[in-house]
Amino acid sequence: MKLREIAHSRTGDKGNISNLSLIAYRMEDYPRLRQEVTAERVKEWFRDIVQGEVIRYEIPSLGAFNFVLKDALGGGVTRSLSLDAHGKSLSSALLDMEL
Amino acid sequence: MKKIRIGSGAGFGGDRLEPALDLLERGSLDYIVFECLAERTIALAQEQKLKWPDKGYNELLEYRMTKVLPLAVAHKVRVVTNMGAANPHAAALVIKQIATDLGIRQLKIAAVTGDDIFDRLDNYRELPVLETGEKFNSLQTKAISANAYIGAAGITEALRNGADVVVTGRVADPSLFVGPLAYEFGWSPDDYHMLGKGTLAGHLLECGAQVSGGYFADPGYKEVPDLWNVGFPIAEIFENGDLIVTKLTGTGGCVSPATVKEQILYEIHDPATYLTPDVVADFSSVTVKELDPDQVLVSGATGHPRTEFFKTSIGYKDSFIFEAEISYGGSGAYERATLAGEIIARRLAFLKIPVEELQITYIGVNSLYRDTISIQQNGTFHDFKDVRLRVAGRTGQKEAAVRIGYEVEALMTNGPAGGGGVRVYVRDNVSIVSLLVPSADIAVQIEYLEVL
Repeated sequence: MKLREIAHSRTGDKGNISNLSLIAYRMEDYPRLRQEVTAERVKEWFRDIVQGEVIRYEIPSLGAFNFVLKDALGGGVTRSLSLDAHGKSLSSALLDMEL
Repeated sequence: MKKIRIGSGAGFGGDRLEPALDLLERGSLDYIVFECLAERTIALAQEQKLKWPDKGYNELLEYRMTKVLPLAVAHKVRVVTNMGAANPHAAALVIKQIATDLGIRQLKIAAVTGDDIFDRLDNYRELPVLETGEKFNSLQTKAISANAYIGAAGITEALRNGADVVVTGRVADPSLFVGPLAYEFGWSPDDYHMLGKGTLAGHLLECGAQVSGGYFADPGYKEVPDLWNVGFPIAEIFENGDLIVTKLTGTGGCVSPATVKEQILYEIHDPATYLTPDVVADFSSVTVKELDPDQVLVSGATGHPRTEFFKTSIGYKDSFIFEAEISYGGSGAYERATLAGEIIARRLAFLKIPVEELQITYIGVNSLYRDTISIQQNGTFHDFKDVRLRVAGRTGQKEAAVRIGYEVEALMTNGPAGGGGVRVYVRDNVSIVSLLVPSADIAVQIEYLEVL
């Protein structure tokens, strides 16, 4: 099953850092997300894109996580060579991860 | 309990106007805020101001204000905006002229400045650049702009002095909203608990429709009604700092716990320490609750003492960036596109064209996620029937950038079969880096203009 079946996500950007929210549609899926979608797995999934560390923050009151991906935007939104310089489409790739 | 209704009139510089006008007419608003400055916008506006000293403000200012001012006056809605960009003084003069031409009387306009510290950059030569850790002095000669993210204080003071329209340059986005809230509720500058709540209200509204159904739809998973006609959001903020996010009836879009959660976490890092010039806001215990359709109650934000620094964006002339594309279709499209990509790489080496960084990707195949994720998503690359080679690079010389564009164009007669749709873009790229400048160095000034 893809992550997309039980969670949604939005990407934000600041400089060379990307952040991906991961929000459970149903609170009862939150523990499963906590267990399976670790910072290490996200770092591994985005290994062609993210050069720096990945930090996961938990926001249990929202049934959500926030993944902060450092050195992830080709040197920064304003100088990246990438077609999607802001990395806006990264959230959709996160949701394609298999659980 | 006293409550204040603030509408979001724009989530970026070029945003739609008619949803904002709808809010002014039907929203029973106290304030409308237009957030119009992206990270690089102000650097580009500074360049414009250098050429034309009475320009350098948002290019849609006249268009917006001509329609906004009559409605704002009629419905007693005060306007706050960072459309002043690099030149709030000039923007205030323009607004005054528009009001005069429209026959509006008794309008007070405030221009808030002090964010522009370009003439004092020598003081910060030794500071580290946040993005790289290197000393700023290596970039200083290329700098074209320096604007500190200032806080809400100037806006609050302007409103206290009776301003109907407040126009600023660089102000932290949520502070555009904290300004009116601090004025209305009498929050002191060290009431961090309430400033944290106000910052969450601002953070939720600063991107326009992104909290009311924009940037959310995913058919089959997240349905949004009438997205073509998405309404801009309203926050109703109570004296205790709780707020309700809503939108006008009859507009498209939706406000739900899910849309609100996505926007709470948008562009933040540690949710417990969201840094603004006013406060270190803490969203780590926020809760959302649907009261009615399109009515979501948000509570639980708080705040901690602000840092003693203002993040300051430096715009600098970085490099020339070129992008060139050509499409291949039908069976074998991927093989022909990759052959074209290999040809370009060899030509650049053969001609010794100086390129600092080069990226060759295939649109429709791996341009967004590179290979690992793309292979997982697509299985093999070989079945694609519509593939677009994209060559992007960075160089210090414009001639080199233009030359590479010609090389991609030359694929028409010299490359693989069936290539078409060449597009070449070359730009003199302005990039942004950041410094942390002591906030004590920055004095906010307010200038008032009145239409009598």
